Amino acid sequence: MEHSFDVIVIGGGHAGCDAAHAAARMGAKTALVTLKISGIGVMSCNPAIGGLGKGHLVREIDALDGVMGRVADKAGIQFRLLNRRKGPAVQGPRAQADRAIYRSEMLSEMQRHQNIQIIEGEVVDLLMESGAVKGVSLADGSEILARAVILTTGTFLRGVIHIGDVSRPGGRMGDSPAIRLAERIDSFGLPLGRLKTGTPPRLDGRTIDWSQLENQPGDDEPVMFSFLSQRPSARQVSCGITHTNERTHEIIRDNLARSAMYGGYIDGVGPRYCPSIEDKVVRFSDKPSHQVFLEPEGLDDPTIYPNGISTSLPVDVQEDYVRSIKGLEAVEILQPGYAIEYDYVDPRALDLRLGVKGIPGLFLAGQINGTTGYEEAAAQGVVAGLNAAAFSRDLDEITFSRTDSYIGVMVDDLTTRGVTEPYRMFTSRAEFRLSLRADNADQRLTGKGCDIGCVGATRAEAFQRKMDALAAGRAILEDRTYTPRELGEAGVALGQDGNRRTLYQVLALPDVNFEQLSALDERLADLESEVALQLKRDATYANYIERQKQDVMAVKRDESMAIPADFNFEAVDGLSNEIRAKLGRARPGNLAQAAKIEGVTPAALTLLLARIRKDTRRKSA
Amino acid sequence: MDTIFALASAPGAAGVAVVRISGPRAFSAAQSLVGDLPDARRAGLRIVRGSDGAMIDEALVLVFGQGASFTGEDVVELQLHGSTAVVSAVLRELSDIDGLRQAEAGEFTRRALENGRLDLAQVEGLADLIEAETEAQRRQAMRVLSGRLGEKAETWRLDIVRAAALVEATIDFADEDVPVDVMPEVTELLERVLAGLQSEQRGAVVAERVRQGFEVAILGAPNVGKSTLLNALAGRDAAITSDIAGTTRDVIEVRMDLGGLPVTVLDTAGLRETEDLVESLGIQRARDRAAGADIRVVLADGDFVPDVELCDGDIVVQAKADLRGGDGVSGKTGAGVSELVDRIRTELSGRAALIGTATRDRHRVAMELAEGHLRAAIALGKDGESDLIAEEIRSAVRALDSLVGRVDVENLLDEIFSSFCIGK
Repeated sequence: MEHSFDVIVIGGGHAGCDAAHAAARMGAKTALVTLKISGIGVMSCNPAIGGLGKGHLVREIDALDGVMGRVADKAGIQFRLLNRRKGPAVQGPRAQADRAIYRSEMLSEMQRHQNIQIIEGEVVDLLMESGAVKGVSLADGSEILARAVILTTGTFLRGVIHIGDVSRPGGRMGDSPAIRLAERIDSFGLPLGRLKTGTPPRLDGRTIDWSQLENQPGDDEPVMFSFLSQRPSARQVSCGITHTNERTHEIIRDNLARSAMYGGYIDGVGPRYCPSIEDKVVRFSDKPSHQVFLEPEGLDDPTIYPNGISTSLPVDVQEDYVRSIKGLEAVEILQPGYAIEYDYVDPRALDLRLGVKGIPGLFLAGQINGTTGYEEAAAQGVVAGLNAAAFSRDLDEITFSRTDSYIGVMVDDLTTRGVTEPYRMFTSRAEFRLSLRADNADQRLTGKGCDIGCVGATRAEAFQRKMDALAAGRAILEDRTYTPRELGEAGVALGQDGNRRTLYQVLALPDVNFEQLSALDERLADLESEVALQLKRDATYANYIERQKQDVMAVKRDESMAIPADFNFEAVDGLSNEIRAKLGRARPGNLAQAAKIEGVTPAALTLLLARIRKDTRRKSA
Repeated sequence: MDTIFALASAPGAAGVAVVRISGPRAFSAAQSLVGDLPDARRAGLRIVRGSDGAMIDEALVLVFGQGASFTGEDVVELQLHGSTAVVSAVLRELSDIDGLRQAEAGEFTRRALENGRLDLAQVEGLADLIEAETEAQRRQAMRVLSGRLGEKAETWRLDIVRAAALVEATIDFADEDVPVDVMPEVTELLERVLAGLQSEQRGAVVAERVRQGFEVAILGAPNVGKSTLLNALAGRDAAITSDIAGTTRDVIEVRMDLGGLPVTVLDTAGLRETEDLVESLGIQRARDRAAGADIRVVLADGDFVPDVELCDGDIVVQAKADLRGGDGVSGKTGAGVSELVDRIRTELSGRAALIGTATRDRHRVAMELAEGHLRAAIALGKDGESDLIAEEIRSAVRALDSLVGRVDVENLLDEIFSSFCIGK
């Protein structure tokens, strides 16, 4: 076994896989250390990828040549574009995934990359040298060396599983928590918090009466995650829909005291957007019924994931309430639902690279940072993977901006605001939502990825072809201007305001399509339909994006004003003690982050900037 | 880069007010007010006219080219006659020009820093300057928000957060159990805010005249003679005065001409420990209002000086000079009153009288901007373009930042999760 690497990734979940692959794409010799090879790419919660905000993240991972999108496309058994009837900025691709295909495709992505070596073993400690990380030691006593280590251990930090009043230590069902590693993390004195999350009981689909249930098929024209994928490869199936009823709620209410969450066995904070069925029944007691989606876990797997009824009730109560639901009268539970509590590291202890402040070479990604979701985890994996590789080879750090990506929004949110519940992406978190779309993730990030060096030749070429085609199409649209009368003759209804418009401006109108415009310029008829569609999407928001330009520039300018890691906020004259203390605690890495702290005024920013300038001049003098 | 402008001087006895404009549109903006500009670094006398052609003032105009100005950008300085009306009119004309906005406190300095226009010694002195600017703005903002406008702003905030949350819920939780058509409620909420903004705008002209000027708060223990002093200053029985401690339970405002300056004197509830709920509310209100005033006049009763946070220029004076003698003040006999008036006037005339004007103008611009976005959102609502509606609401909220406070995604999520059962 090789014992010296550029980057070590601990954990083979969604964060770990995309972290390892990103580091490997950068040319770093990467070790992916996992407890069991069979644990690589496991979907421990619901068998679906994407959605609103999350689908955006997957597209961005893909635009940087990451693996999640490609693997999800291969494993996808039902594709739906959410918000299909709304504007493109708020559409999010989503797919049900076959768990087994996902796992095997992810494993083969890892095995296929020549820079990745998979090592099966339990990391028990980090090796340190003068305050910096230099490798890890395994349970079998062996040591692996590397300048950069990425920890992606999910809920393994002091994880406790609760089923009703029974609890036991554990990560996912069937895994042991990494207690010794947790002690090392403790020794760093990082701020920790406690969160919880829950899962529903898994059902045996062969015992469900599908005949009485509503069906939810996928889209007729599936939208893929990866810019390189054409169509689904797995057979497509439907999901079922059923509902809880008064009887279900009664059973739950009668047994609340036996629920881990309501019986007082759990301290961690759970996500408000993913409440347990106990929570739903208590908090929305006037609702007679709640929707339950029955999601197949795989084509050759009878397991059904009933989305919407996660629980920590005892097994016998789970059986009772599940069987009170229509279609599930005779259902068998394959694996009971459970709640899990775990420690997370307050992500404000991290910088924009997801590196731990003050511990060179150590990076954290995924659920350990207080997030939830495969997509959030994988996106962090990309950031940590790229930067671990850059760090190990003394290259410049690689950061993302709130103005260029959801990845940038997430990392900025995490590192400046921390979390109060498991952090999930929503499109409403992105202030520049109209320009950060799933459809243009490649236009926003693939060029940047090429510059960084994490994009392979196949994608780079496809991207260049697409950009050339878009530029050519745009040039035709902006070639000349037309009068309202000329446009009217082509069937575009406009007020006779005398304003001449380019076809690109006309395309921004909701009802205008390419066929109408082709009558005005026949070259447009030759554009590929994908290119035409993308030009239409870009044009839709052109006015708004123009309007936001000033804001985008202001954010970028503030983001580019770095605050040195050792900056002394106490020494800034003119700030109130309260603001000084807040800044000292948050330790913002740049002026944009400082600006978001409550109470920090533009004047305070000027004072900060003055101090930074003064310090740098003193140093250079 | 925006072009920014602001009143850059603290108008004193000379009565000259300097308005500075900096940024790429500085020259064209100045031209639209004064016609052709003098050569760089040469003073020129010009007539300042509004967009309607009416003369506002005659001003000395100074032009500084890029790289040779305080900020390093194109800069024009207008030296005006320092009356409130003139400065107010000029600021208003400027804020109506596309691409121009009022500078935030410290913003000129920030540009100077970014463009490398300040040396180390100048940087050292910055803190005091900016602190003074910030403090003056904070006081203004507090005064506005502790008043009637503050209460309105709070209801606008609730309405607008609810509207934004409804729209965002249909976007981010599209496959969840949320109502499909939220537009009727959203439209109703937005129209209510819009109507509120419009009526505030109409009322603002009157309010401006009423509220213009300084605030002086009188503070002291109960029955020390605050109301009597106020009456003596005003020359009439404006506040109820009696010998029973705790008579003034609310803040009483009396506008007066104090030595030639427009001043609102605030008579506040007496500061003492009390079990009476109504009175303790009055005391809290007294403390809040006093904190926003320009000057606090604290009446001491012998060795007893009430615990009030004092700022530079505040006045502490012995009360009841009629009983105690010495050089204190007595509202009853009028002893020491004219000396007190002199001290207040001297202090106030040295301060930036016009900052209030700037704050009001800032609010006016904010409300007008917000109105535009709300109208756009309501119009879009008819077609149900939720992505664009959300964007317009977001822009309206940002415009109203200074009035309703920052609204952030967490506020929206709080509203969404408490209204709808999310979680499939």
